[in-house]
Amino acid sequence: MKLHVDPASCQAYGLCKEKAPDLIDLDEWGYASVTSPDVPIGSEASARDAVEICPNLALRLAGR
Amino acid sequence: MTTIRSLAPVPHLLGSDPYGIETLDCYRAAGGYTRIDPQTLLARVDASGLRGRGGAAFPLTTKLRSVIASATATRLAPVVVANGEEGEPGSVKDRQLMRTRPHLILDGLAHAAAIIGADRAYAYVSDHASADALAEALDAYPPVVPTTVVRVDPAYVAGEETAVVRFLDGGPALPVAKPPRPYERGVGGAPTLTSNVETLAHLARLASGVDSTANLLLTIGGSGIEPALVEVTAGTRLRAVLAACGWWHATGALMGGLFGGVSGESILDTPVSADALRAAGSALGCGAIHLLAPDDCPVDLAVDALAYLAAESALQCGVCISATAALATTAAALRTGAATAEDLAKIERWVLTLPGRGACGLLDAAARVAGSLLAGFRPLVDTHLDGTCRRCATGHRSGAGRLIVDIPTCHQLTTR
Repeated sequence: MKLHVDPASCQAYGLCKEKAPDLIDLDEWGYASVTSPDVPIGSEASARDAVEICPNLALRLAGR
Repeated sequence: MTTIRSLAPVPHLLGSDPYGIETLDCYRAAGGYTRIDPQTLLARVDASGLRGRGGAAFPLTTKLRSVIASATATRLAPVVVANGEEGEPGSVKDRQLMRTRPHLILDGLAHAAAIIGADRAYAYVSDHASADALAEALDAYPPVVPTTVVRVDPAYVAGEETAVVRFLDGGPALPVAKPPRPYERGVGGAPTLTSNVETLAHLARLASGVDSTANLLLTIGGSGIEPALVEVTAGTRLRAVLAACGWWHATGALMGGLFGGVSGESILDTPVSADALRAAGSALGCGAIHLLAPDDCPVDLAVDALAYLAAESALQCGVCISATAALATTAAALRTGAATAEDLAKIERWVLTLPGRGACGLLDAAARVAGSLLAGFRPLVDTHLDGTCRRCATGHRSGAGRLIVDIPTCHQLTTR
């Protein structure tokens, strides 16, 4: 399973970091990036939570 | 004024009269608009190893075959685009080719359309004179596949392939995040081949039975020199190119347009080819090279490049807006002697963490310019912390505008 952040959609809300602190880095301006594109086994639920909470739908999960 | 020179044994791209406009008769007399079986031509593309000349040096054969595979899978007729939106300020080769050899470009476009089975073709350009030349050439020799010349406003990112697709679909000429790439889903949802116009020129030559792919076009500019558009044999050392042009004093260069970073003297002895420059940690990009003169400070040049990139951000990705501005401002503080060691540490961190984070390559280019400065000129950069650099204080006369090279002036079209 892969987690993507669309950089054009990310508005630096930072909510994804709260849901998935291990999967998301926030830079000094608050914009999100993934710590690794591959979601580790066991972290799928927090990845889904991060995707769902983004107010701007900037995160996407692909694959299984 | 920008001059034109050929240092290659045969000027396949610039032609025999580089300042003149090639007529239909001349082009046909030189073997243009040859009929050829698309499969035969595709085999020639394979054998030639032709790589894209827009900047990424991606193998054309792979691109063609990807579009064909996508078209087969989706059962949609593909679209082909000649990409002549030359967004790099230091490059003139694409506009020069379209203005003076429009038939060569359109011939290549028609062959690309035939290979992938496209049902429509576009020539995507910002330059008015190029658009006019292409439109006249289309009138003179109507193509089999319907072909439209489309004008877009010039911008650094407007030639990025997803920006091209977005504009042709009626949107703004701004990049979007990938995937999907245009070969999967492009104009109108159809698999789309976008190809740089110089690449298409080589394809047209291959169709005429001439392998021109050893030749490439460079645009060379810099302070105190008359810029030149030069056709060279790939693999020539830059020092030899400069010597032939009478430029003995270069101490380094900003490579690949704004994409390859700043390099010192060693770059002059690196073969000018996509692979050799990549191996040297630099990039050929679109072949635009801005020379460093002895009076130029590399920091000053990098600051101008970063300012240009920050101004050309598409303002879509928050990280790009914030980070290109921060890089430009922090580097500018180096030039005036106002930067601190903490500022340098920030730049170091950005160089490592920013690449790959934007929807297009602009942020990567900025990170590379800054990274190349720190990697190649660290002692010099450190001296900027102690006060104003003498060369920086006197060097930047025209700011980022000095990165722009004018298109050569050509003879007026008299006959067609």
